[in-house]
Amino acid sequence: MYRYDELDQAFVDQRVAEFRDQTRRYLAGELSEDDFRPLRLRNGLYIQRHAPMLRIAIPYGLLSSGQLRTLAHIARRYDRGYGHFTTRQNLQLNWPALADVPEILAELATVQMHAIQTSGNCVRNVTADHLAGIAPEEIDDPRPYCEIIRQWATLHPEFTYLPRKFKIAVTGSAEDRAASEVHDIGLQLRRDDGGGIGFTVRVGGGLGRAPAIGAVIREFLPLADLLGYLEAILRVYNRYGRRDNINKARIKVLVKSLGAAAFREQVETEWSLGREHATRLDPAEVARVRACFSLPHYEPLPDIDVTSGREPAFQAWYRYNTRPHRMPGYRAVFVSLKAHDSVPGDMTSQQMEAVASLADRLSFGLVRSTHSQNLLLADVPQHALHNAWQQLAAHGLATPNIGTLTDMIACPGLDFCGLANAGTIAVAREIQQRFDNLDYLYDLGEIEIKMSGCMNACGHHHVGHIGVLGVDKHGEEWYQISLGGSANGFTALGEVLGPSVRKHEVAATIERMVETYRALRREEERFIDTVRRIGLAPFRESAYAHPAAA
Amino acid sequence: MRILRLRELPADPAAEPALTISFAALRAEPERWGGHRGGLAVRLAPADAVEDLAADLRLLSLIEIEFPNAGEGRGYSQARLLRERLGFRGELRAVGEGVRQDRLFLLARCGFDAFELAAGEDMQAARRALTRYDVAYQPGSSLLEMRRQRFHRGGSSSTLG
Repeated sequence: MYRYDELDQAFVDQRVAEFRDQTRRYLAGELSEDDFRPLRLRNGLYIQRHAPMLRIAIPYGLLSSGQLRTLAHIARRYDRGYGHFTTRQNLQLNWPALADVPEILAELATVQMHAIQTSGNCVRNVTADHLAGIAPEEIDDPRPYCEIIRQWATLHPEFTYLPRKFKIAVTGSAEDRAASEVHDIGLQLRRDDGGGIGFTVRVGGGLGRAPAIGAVIREFLPLADLLGYLEAILRVYNRYGRRDNINKARIKVLVKSLGAAAFREQVETEWSLGREHATRLDPAEVARVRACFSLPHYEPLPDIDVTSGREPAFQAWYRYNTRPHRMPGYRAVFVSLKAHDSVPGDMTSQQMEAVASLADRLSFGLVRSTHSQNLLLADVPQHALHNAWQQLAAHGLATPNIGTLTDMIACPGLDFCGLANAGTIAVAREIQQRFDNLDYLYDLGEIEIKMSGCMNACGHHHVGHIGVLGVDKHGEEWYQISLGGSANGFTALGEVLGPSVRKHEVAATIERMVETYRALRREEERFIDTVRRIGLAPFRESAYAHPAAA
Repeated sequence: MRILRLRELPADPAAEPALTISFAALRAEPERWGGHRGGLAVRLAPADAVEDLAADLRLLSLIEIEFPNAGEGRGYSQARLLRERLGFRGELRAVGEGVRQDRLFLLARCGFDAFELAAGEDMQAARRALTRYDVAYQPGSSLLEMRRQRFHRGGSSSTLG
């Protein structure tokens, strides 16, 4: 993984000192709430419903075991002993005290971590495919480019006060596991005919209000031009993005209002005029960063049959919670943060420490956070899988449900977030309870439920096979259900089924819809494929078959 | 009016402009201001298109760029364009409610060399704020020298692969 050099370390240390001074001035009354807000946001700190919320960056989801132990320690010492992993691969603490935050950031800096630009109207944490570097069909590892973009975007002099937040994702495989098409900028790695590295550049994707799929403005951008071209996009956005209405300030609105062709034209013009002064990406710098992501020292191991004669519970876990690896003799192992009595994405300090130890013993000391709010041990020898399963199970981290209906994505919702309309956590629990029979889950196969507590769509409901959105109706919680969304390989936005349903009807409504699927599916057909084949009508009919809808 | 400057003004008194006009006034009648004695300054609002100043830059010894609130960010792009693309060498001054100590470092990196501090800002603290960082990732104005800097200017080199 990337290791800080002297520049990186000096930078985060100076950043901590700056925020310590800003916090001191705020607490002393020398800095007003209005002046402090943009400063604390750019250090990951929200003031939420119950307490401040601190969002710690996990760049492109990669953590060392030592970093994970530090997160466990911070959650225990400054919070209530747990943290929440988000869809953008970050970790949120829900209960830190404002006065402690500078000290938390100082502790993070000792392990080469920070919370810079995890909120505020600036370039956010750059995210990547959680199978980066090990996916069998990968074009190139996206993480070195994510790291280069992270550094370029960090306290960028020109682009730290954008009209609105700005999210970039990079993928290295044909299958888009980072939802790059619904990011402000999505970069998809490509090779040209000569084998040179470059990117297909998409701009203007996004969820939230007016969800949109990004438009391709460059089929192939050579790597050498990456930073200069990003600056051209950001400059057009910084100058012409709307600042008069927060709901129309994302780049997707600018792209839509100009039209993708005209937007592309503006970017290309800016790029050609500004080339001389644009930020250059030197081959030596690419080589330096890329060297940090060289392959671990894999042992020459054969592929083996690890499930024969083993207990069925292990076989189920192997089938659902592990994935193929590029190297023979290895598998990637999901750490499920979707136990049936848990909050999706939540993890206790003790669990973090257990996974850190497991990573040290079995997976080169590295851990990844995933877009689907789980963790991943990327490089586990097949002969150690049974042992890994036992260890994970002992800590409640082996629920064999990855990719199934209960591996759902949910934002923290009303229980924590100041914006939410709805208690997504309680609804997630009801769904988990209703679908707690594993055989039934396995029969249903791959189904993605994504749930957001409000229009901001942190739970990505638009791209869930089944999307659930909390809405407020005269002070009551209601839930709008959509069908047919997808962000995995084939990006599509779901269509709203019909009138919203009451909180306690959500799980039952989902059950009626999946029963319709079971009745109408063809052999081996996935839920999403059945929806695409037969359309929404049969699902609509069954969803509202009971009188509770309104 | 308290102004923090990164470089001394020339001794020539004509360097202090006698008159400041709006971008709109300059654009409306550029010929009217051409012969103005005693130096001329223009004040840019966030939405003003700096490219349109290209022909008139020689008239100007000072350009003021407004930051009316804490979130306004267009002036950073205006400054870089004036310095880098249009080659403006006169004083570039950040003005308005948003000009506070916690923004000065980035403003200076974009090419501002003068700051009219908002009410309540302490001059000494503002000076210190410019020294909070001695490293940076991106290229920036040479007026604020960095001990180390990761990336540099200069378009593309086409040999990466």
